[in-house]
Amino acid sequence: MKLTGMLTATALLVATSGPALSAETLKILTWTGYAPKVLVEKFEKQTGIKVEPTYSNNEEMIAKLRATRGSGFDLIQPSQDRISSVQEKYKIYQPIDYSKIESGQIITSMLDAVKKNTLVKGKSYAVPFCYGTSGLVVNTKKAPYARDYDALLNPAYSGRISYRLKRPTLIAMAFAKGDDPFEKYSDINAYADLMNGVGSDLMAGKGLVKNYYANGDALLELMRSGEVNVAMAWDNGGWKLHEENPDIDFIAPKSGALGWIDTFAIPAKAKNVDGAYKWINFMMKAENAAYFTNQEKYGTASKGALEHLDAKIRANFSRSFSEADIDNINWYPPVPAKLESIEGKILDKVKASN
Amino acid sequence: MAGRLTLYIFLAPVLLWLFLLIVLPHLDLFFISFQAENDMGDMVWSLSNYQAFFTEKIYWLTFLRTAMYAILTTILTFIITFPIAFYITKVLSLKVSGFFTILLLVPFWVSELVRIYGWMILLRESGVFNHYLMELGLIDKPIEMLYNDISMIMGLVYTSMLFMVVPLISSLEGLDDSLIEAAYDLGASKLVIIRDIVIPYIMPGITSGSIVVFMLTLGNYLTPNLMGGKNSLWFTEQIYNQFIASFNWNQGAAFGFLLLVLSTLIIWIGLRVTRQNLSRALS
Repeated sequence: MKLTGMLTATALLVATSGPALSAETLKILTWTGYAPKVLVEKFEKQTGIKVEPTYSNNEEMIAKLRATRGSGFDLIQPSQDRISSVQEKYKIYQPIDYSKIESGQIITSMLDAVKKNTLVKGKSYAVPFCYGTSGLVVNTKKAPYARDYDALLNPAYSGRISYRLKRPTLIAMAFAKGDDPFEKYSDINAYADLMNGVGSDLMAGKGLVKNYYANGDALLELMRSGEVNVAMAWDNGGWKLHEENPDIDFIAPKSGALGWIDTFAIPAKAKNVDGAYKWINFMMKAENAAYFTNQEKYGTASKGALEHLDAKIRANFSRSFSEADIDNINWYPPVPAKLESIEGKILDKVKASN
Repeated sequence: MAGRLTLYIFLAPVLLWLFLLIVLPHLDLFFISFQAENDMGDMVWSLSNYQAFFTEKIYWLTFLRTAMYAILTTILTFIITFPIAFYITKVLSLKVSGFFTILLLVPFWVSELVRIYGWMILLRESGVFNHYLMELGLIDKPIEMLYNDISMIMGLVYTSMLFMVVPLISSLEGLDDSLIEAAYDLGASKLVIIRDIVIPYIMPGITSGSIVVFMLTLGNYLTPNLMGGKNSLWFTEQIYNQFIASFNWNQGAAFGFLLLVLSTLIIWIGLRVTRQNLSRALS
């Protein structure tokens, strides 16, 4: 009697906990804002798959997957230039089955570019999600003449300058010097020379910097409070600030804004691959992609999203980018291995210098 | 026999925990710290990661700076917390002292991140302190109080105070008041009492508090990064950079072990210089 009682209890326990355990989950490793709550709820209602987003950045995403050899997440969203060399070395992604992607929803030229840039041994590893640029975010009243990255070294704005001490800053400064760092990607020595030059410029100009900001929100706060007037940052940050204070805006620098595309990629040991494809197709649906863009102000790779966008979003773009500015955007090509360690040492030196 | 078995059963999770989550990963890191990529892009055994620390000025200078500031923080923390601990244990009545100890603990109920952001709100150029200083007419232009070494040290001292004050209180509680009274009767000055009676008696407490504060400060990442701002390269940040930004786990692992060895060495020297015994300090 006792035994059967225990058995029934166990059976009941298994029965009740069973469905909860088998409920499908989708673990996404992504950037802040890339999995808006409204869309997550909509997706959960449509498919019954529970979405668990984790927020991070390019470097940490790669480090995390490298530590687990590509398991622990079902979908990740690195920038397209950080995929091919990482895949060659650490094999943390699996090839995308493009027949499972509703490619009619995606801007064709962008899909082709991402396919080409993430090609490793005949297979491609990513689908485009959104794009944007980095350039200058400027308080145009306090710093009317900041038009290019060299404003970040201009004594006129002493104490009112901020940027991230990360690789985009080095690359931007190299462009401002009239050089083309992307052309030198293939020649490591020439690249190292160029970046050492940029490093000493940054060291010389260090006294002018208020602070090296650590994340986008910290910069927004610095600009809002008027502690910083000139910064290197993402376009959407500048446009968010413009809504609050019309003096602040994003400016496409003369030597070219830096263009990036963030993607969907599937880790090598993803558990819920079907769920990942469902999420990709869901997010690229015109109205969902448009909701994301209206919310976060990043450009979207979804084809039909344009007509669902707020007028303000379109105004942002045309205000900051002339035809010439768009042609002038420097899109990141895939980063070859070894560059990161060169850049890392220079950035350390800049941070340690006085 | 049965007692033995129970012991093993209860010990097994602890041993597994230590072995699987602490020993194994460290062994792995230890091995990769001796590997480096050669020109062909293959992994080979090499000492170059350790060599890099000594040959690249920036690495060992950063370590030196970090260690010096950690020692300074430890000393400052002691100077600030000693009077507090003394006041709580020797001056206040037993009833109130418990309440004051709790008061010391309260700030530590929130995470370090929140406390540091609190300080940043107070100190920043558009922050609370500047606002009131302007209001009072003491300054006519806001001063930037954040992002320098002083604010960073202050943040570090604040974060580590608790770890000094608790061992100090517990060893001061053991000090018999009559020893101090006797010294007074014999005409000793306050300074002499502190130097010759109180300090020697609580030395084990000071030692254990100092070790904890030194290690926590040396291994801190958040406070130097957020409050120190642009000049605050801390050694832990170099380890983070090697792992995350440069994808160079081998170099990062070597730095990690150097931090472990060098900080142990500093503590060992500290114990020898002050003629302290580690086992006595920890008991």
